[in-house]
Amino acid sequence: MKLQSRHLLGLDGMPKDDIQLILDTAVSFKEVLERPIKKVPPLQGKTIVNLFFEASTRTRISFELAERRLSADVVNFTTSGSSVSKGETLKDTARNIEAMKIDMVVLRHSAPGASHFLSRVVDANVINAGDGGHEHPTQALLDMFTLWEKFGTLKGLHVCIVGDISHSRVALSNIFGLLTMGARVSVCGPATLMPRDIEKLGVDVYHRLEDVVPSVDALNVLRIQLERQKSGLFPSLREYQRYFGVTKEKIAKASKPITIMHPGPINRDVELSADLADGEHSVILQQVTNGVAIRMAVLYLLGTMN
Amino acid sequence: MKLHLKNGRVIDPLTGTDEILDLQIVNGIIEKVGKSLSSDKTFQNVDLRDKIIAPGFIDMHVHLREPGFEHKETIESGVLSAREGGFTAVCCMPNTEPTIDDESVVRYVIEKGKSVWNGIVDVYPIAAATKGRKGEELAPIAELVSAGAVALSDDGSPISSAGMMRRVLEYSSMYGIPVIQHAEEPTLSYGGSMNEGYVSTRLGMPGIPSIAEEMMVARDLLLLRYLEKAKYHVAHISTKGTVEIVRHAKREGLTVTCEVTPHHFTLTDDVVSSFDTNTKMNPPLRRTDDVVAMKEGLRDGTIDVIATDHAPHTVDEKEVEYTQAPFGIVGLETAVGLSITGLVDEGYLSISQLIEKFSANPRRILSLPTIKIAAGERANLTLLDPTFEWTVDVNSFSSKSKNSPFGGKRLRGKAIGVINNGVVHFL
Repeated sequence: MKLQSRHLLGLDGMPKDDIQLILDTAVSFKEVLERPIKKVPPLQGKTIVNLFFEASTRTRISFELAERRLSADVVNFTTSGSSVSKGETLKDTARNIEAMKIDMVVLRHSAPGASHFLSRVVDANVINAGDGGHEHPTQALLDMFTLWEKFGTLKGLHVCIVGDISHSRVALSNIFGLLTMGARVSVCGPATLMPRDIEKLGVDVYHRLEDVVPSVDALNVLRIQLERQKSGLFPSLREYQRYFGVTKEKIAKASKPITIMHPGPINRDVELSADLADGEHSVILQQVTNGVAIRMAVLYLLGTMN
Repeated sequence: MKLHLKNGRVIDPLTGTDEILDLQIVNGIIEKVGKSLSSDKTFQNVDLRDKIIAPGFIDMHVHLREPGFEHKETIESGVLSAREGGFTAVCCMPNTEPTIDDESVVRYVIEKGKSVWNGIVDVYPIAAATKGRKGEELAPIAELVSAGAVALSDDGSPISSAGMMRRVLEYSSMYGIPVIQHAEEPTLSYGGSMNEGYVSTRLGMPGIPSIAEEMMVARDLLLLRYLEKAKYHVAHISTKGTVEIVRHAKREGLTVTCEVTPHHFTLTDDVVSSFDTNTKMNPPLRRTDDVVAMKEGLRDGTIDVIATDHAPHTVDEKEVEYTQAPFGIVGLETAVGLSITGLVDEGYLSISQLIEKFSANPRRILSLPTIKIAAGERANLTLLDPTFEWTVDVNSFSSKSKNSPFGGKRLRGKAIGVINNGVVHFL
């Protein structure tokens, strides 16, 4: 079994079989993570650079752990636009790094399409670790893996993504992946944080959690960024918490226990109440564990293709 | 120089001519027009069977980048690109460095235009409407007009303050010169890289909504109705709503005209999915119903002019992340092919109507001398092969820049020659 593309740029258009292959492969890597010795050899001799143009501690650590556990050599390049501010372009930075003979690039960048761009200008396999408000495919894959593990299937599940849909790569990748796998997807949040024509992607739009919870299996709660308030997109964190924050009261009308997910880091008691984040139906820490397994699966499948 | 053009289909919408004729041109003047003229050996004979002889084409919206950005384009390379595209005149926008907001810069551009390629392409500068194109103070409009500016525009930026726009329209009306608006309400378009809609949502890309354009046009038309005397021209319209607003205003009798670019009647925002920065321009590519509205607007006369918004940028400037890339594509060398392919072959315009959009209409809007294909007139001609099939190769462009989304595209129809100011060039 092989993936159709030698890059992982996004889940938009990724075939169902490819997604399933990644999920299946992650099962065996999750088992590796339970062993006393958590290292396996498949990427021995491969060099991977984690090219992070945006600060992101947890995604980078998750990738780095996955890379090391597959025995790859790892280089980290973290900058908040420093090359660009020195006048160097993304293309130059990437080509310079590639000249050092690396095999794979994991890219985090603030511009949508940055990893698509990179995949055209370098020979290495490119993995998108988040490109602006576009996609974050490994996050969505680990979210789907976590749901699949818990429910045994994704088909027919109803997942609602809550929060700032407009600026969320996590939301988009989840929408693409979950719909491909046959789940029902809803989004819920303030109208000012809903991108235009979002319903045309095949999701239902809600502005009140109470309206969607009766039929929902899982809530994937997004982090709300304070700077959105400054750009006039919502009035205050207090109002956001009261009307859009996920709390026990707002989900009280659920007919079954609702699984709580969050890509982290959580603003406790803002978008998600602490009791739910730490509650018995929260799978937030499983998501973190599964993140390493999923990234191992992706790195393995792409790194052993040739 | 004596030239005998034989058996060409002469189409001159102004005189209503459309027939197979011979033209004899001596020292830049059309000496004779007639059927099967005889000539002696001193004439160079050119057989134009199945080809078209049209009044010289003008592109009233180009960026020649000089002075200030000569690494993208110069007046010389821009003129060469225009010549290759079949144009005998261009109007260049003032977003140069320094800005064309001073009579010395107007004169510089005109002189430079006359000096390159033997003056085969007339270069008409469009001056800034406000100082530095900042939208705060009136540019010295009377001086700019007397130096030779043919229109006023802050193109690249809108004149966003309604109060400022009112003053620009009032002041320019004394000179009968059109104000060309780059229509965009900045508080709605701010930060956007592409059309706002399904595709931008799917790509996670910041959007520029269609209403940013429509709202600005509507506002300006209300000003125009109030002021009555001014001449207002909307640059590069891109949305169905704008076509409807302009159509309505024309019915009402307002002195409004507008233009569309070939890319806006050819491409939709679907092509942005490639993240190819040569699909990034402002206004952005829109949806299918907008593209259809452009063609319908051209057909019913709502849209007067086809202009390219030729906007050269180097490969290095364009080969960056989509949101960081500059807006704009080059257009001079693909305009005729895209227009014949997309409009004439598809039945939206007759070839004669197309010629009007490239020649008589923009000249009328800008109050430039009219071109007539008649004995005694100066020869200012574009020669066309309307059925020639070719493939766009950006590397063969004469423009310094190659930023076009049309590389590899098959087109039908091409300019095969231009004649102007006593200079003859066959392509």
